[in-house]
Amino acid sequence: MSLLQVNNLEVEFPLLSGKVKALKDISFSLDKGERIGIVGESGAGKSVTAFAILNLISKPGRITNGSIWFDGANLADMDRDQIRNIRGNKISMIFQDPMMTLNPVLTISTQMVECLQAHRNLPEAEAKKIAVEKLRAVQIPAPETRLDQYPHELSGGMRQRVVIAIALISDPALIIADEPTTALDVTIQAEILQLLLELCVNFNVGLILITHDLGVVSQVTQRTLVMYAGSIIEQGPTRELISSPLHPYTQGLIGALPEQTTPGSRLNQIPGVMPSLQDIPEGCAFHPRCTLAVAKCQHQIPELKGKTSRLCACHLVDDADA
Amino acid sequence: MNFSLERMRRSPVYYSFINNKVAMVSAAILSTLLLVSILAPFIAPYDPWDQTAFDIMDSEYPPIGSSGADDRFLLGTDDMGRDMLSTILYGTGISIAIGIFATILQAFMGISIGLVSGYFGSRLDSFLMRIADIQLSFTTLMVAIIILAVFQAAVGLNSYERYALLMIVLVIGIAEWPQYARTVRACVLAEKKKEYVDAVKVIGLRPMRILYRHILPNTFSPLLVISTVQVANAIITEAGLSFLGLGMPITKPSLGSLIRNGFDYIFSGSWWITFLPALVLIVLILTINLLGDWLRDVLNPKIYK
Amino acid sequence: MMPMPDTAVNQPMGPALISIKSLYKEFNISGSFLEELGFEKGRPVRRRESVKAINGVNLEIQQGEALCVVGESGCGKTTVGRAVMGLIDPTRGEIHYAGQRIDNLSAVDRFPYRKKMQMIFQNPYASLNPRKTVQATLAEPAKFHAPELNETQRQEKIVAVMDSVGVSPKWAKRYPHEFSGGQRQRISIARALMVDPEFIVADEPISALDVSIQAQVLNLLMQAREERQLTYLFITHDLAVVEHFGTRVAVMYLGTLCELGNCNEIFHYPRHPYTRALLSAIPKLGSDPVGHIKLKGEVPTPINLPSGCVFHGRCQFANDRCKSEAPGLNRTDNGVRVACHAIEENRL
Repeated sequence: MSLLQVNNLEVEFPLLSGKVKALKDISFSLDKGERIGIVGESGAGKSVTAFAILNLISKPGRITNGSIWFDGANLADMDRDQIRNIRGNKISMIFQDPMMTLNPVLTISTQMVECLQAHRNLPEAEAKKIAVEKLRAVQIPAPETRLDQYPHELSGGMRQRVVIAIALISDPALIIADEPTTALDVTIQAEILQLLLELCVNFNVGLILITHDLGVVSQVTQRTLVMYAGSIIEQGPTRELISSPLHPYTQGLIGALPEQTTPGSRLNQIPGVMPSLQDIPEGCAFHPRCTLAVAKCQHQIPELKGKTSRLCACHLVDDADA
Repeated sequence: MNFSLERMRRSPVYYSFINNKVAMVSAAILSTLLLVSILAPFIAPYDPWDQTAFDIMDSEYPPIGSSGADDRFLLGTDDMGRDMLSTILYGTGISIAIGIFATILQAFMGISIGLVSGYFGSRLDSFLMRIADIQLSFTTLMVAIIILAVFQAAVGLNSYERYALLMIVLVIGIAEWPQYARTVRACVLAEKKKEYVDAVKVIGLRPMRILYRHILPNTFSPLLVISTVQVANAIITEAGLSFLGLGMPITKPSLGSLIRNGFDYIFSGSWWITFLPALVLIVLILTINLLGDWLRDVLNPKIYK
Repeated sequence: MMPMPDTAVNQPMGPALISIKSLYKEFNISGSFLEELGFEKGRPVRRRESVKAINGVNLEIQQGEALCVVGESGCGKTTVGRAVMGLIDPTRGEIHYAGQRIDNLSAVDRFPYRKKMQMIFQNPYASLNPRKTVQATLAEPAKFHAPELNETQRQEKIVAVMDSVGVSPKWAKRYPHEFSGGQRQRISIARALMVDPEFIVADEPISALDVSIQAQVLNLLMQAREERQLTYLFITHDLAVVEHFGTRVAVMYLGTLCELGNCNEIFHYPRHPYTRALLSAIPKLGSDPVGHIKLKGEVPTPINLPSGCVFHGRCQFANDRCKSEAPGLNRTDNGVRVACHAIEENRL
């Protein structure tokens, strides 16, 4: 039974120059306790997907089509109070920069307790006990003393742990993490990723990890979705997707990594630039940059399909499969 | 700067303007006021500054539409027989002129000081900002009253009338430079940290060139916003001074002087002598402030980007 | 200064172009005089706090090489880059360029060196003046450093440089906000190349860019290096890039050099405990998630530096000597230099 089922999700933003589709026909599902990654470059639509699930798309952008099924209800149809009940409670979100996520003028205790009390009627003392428990779960040393500290008194890694603790505080079924380690140093990143992995496994919490770093998804996630210009272009088990990518874009992304070429020689670059959402070419959005493009790619948008759990939106892959 | 009509039409500022009725109406009214005050010498039916052109026998005619009005005077006359319409046209021009010139003076002083203070920092900055703080603790109106009263007493009424405009512009201009200095300084402090400043340092450009050719152009947005506020403030300050008898003399009246002039007649029936100039003054200040509000919102970098 | 070993692999061995000698840099954060004043035991005392960003760095950059400086935030690598470029003055120590001391020169005397040394910055959105067209931004360095060029020649040079960095010269009259991050970074590189420099400090030039654009810009930097025989000081936290692009690498922690040597050597056989932890923390494709070396504790503050070895609080191999005595950067058998007592004592 899937925990989250996204069907044909579309998000539009009206701009000066006309309407722009930020997400086109996004469909995927997530099982209980499953960890998936969404990778792509900036502008691909990964954060928009995350925000759409929790209905956080800032106006005038809006969900124009599709459904988001969670726990038997369609999140896309919910009114303000209903979705507020889900946020921070059943689905939590972690953002990139902990210094921006935590309010600098409130103590850790205040921020954690108010999160709990927003969804449950609990006396403060009890809420504080739960807060300490969660701080301990994220491996913050001496958690009781941290309660009265302010965010600036903690290091970057510790702040992100606090943010994760707040995300866990209501025992959610799903955590969405939007580039949670991009702003952190490499050694701290490794610890936070390991922490996230352990917490999700131990508490059976689902995880949607959004990042541009393929190395990060390969360490934490079981399945990965690759996004390009507002669509999912490849999907599959992470290990397989990385070791044998099907879509030319995924192949290009992996190929462009410095590890893939001998030191000193030129990197394999993908020519050109991802198109802005207002200038998406006809047919396959990637075809102008694709070295393997054929005539069909210029006119027909490829469908995301595949025989096994590996799905790919590419005419060449599709034809080869047939 | 590269400017073209096409570029302007495509810009978000233009788009925001077209879609904002308040901004458009304010701009229309303000432009009209500006235009008629510039053209006053050509379109005013009479010359209110010519002391021989009016006749005390023509005094206190009401505006057209009320009983007892005279066809020659569209908006009536004041207590000395001057045509209200003409005096208001000329008076608006004087008020606006004072507003603009005083603002230019304070901008010039304030921007120079703010740039240097923000860029070079340390003791120079502390020194200049302390002076600014001290100056700010004296309200402009109070300083203006003192200086102008002393000046009036010292040189006598005739000389005063000749130099009134200059003195008012000087006083308001010099009293308000800290506003510009602070705004520019804050901007400079922010821009100083940006990497394009490092890049030109690394090319070897001298500090003055960096300051004036690179940093200053990037401070224009907030400066434009406070300029509208400052122009409005200058006009109000001058109106206040004139109302107290220390501003423009009655022979070359600004809107404030006209309001003062008619004040004694409010309850004796000739309400229009005060009311009409006051109405124009209010509309003038209101449109400047509304445009300033719109400008501030549209130039807000967070919304702009 | 000991000369660098000649067991170096595949890089042109020239004389030292840049010499950094015993560089120290402290930033005073005490605030104004009044804020420094305090009372201790009834007597007025002046309390000064400073951030010790660089603590005794000795480094030589050979002509033609790409020396990479790596470390995490707060290690001082950006400060080193800025000190070399003269954007900040050293508290102690000297910077030499081709044998000449440059850190104490006046602005006028430094000017000729500005033609030889240029810098590329991290943030593509802040490194171009938003009020100047690309044309104006690129023309400025040429006006100052190549005054012998007339208008036409300068224009030709601008076109040539824009072509070489992959930005179409047709767009020279546009403003920075009309370009993407990757294009802006190319324009920044073009600006640095306009004066035909010999040496470039690149401060995290690709960190703010998308992955596929990173490859493009890195290739561009490599190409520029080959075509113009440039020497690079490349500051980054991305070790994958270092392994690919660099000839030698210097690992920094809290303003001190931990390890210095050829990229090849250090990546295959890291010695310093910090270098090992750093390398193990990089998320590699298809690797096991739980395998990195954990460091104890937190990064200490650069305001109150730890005594002895700056790394001792986090190191599992620290002994009493590490707590009291700072290790020197000593050469090991194959030319790599490490600052670690445990290595010196053969405990590792």
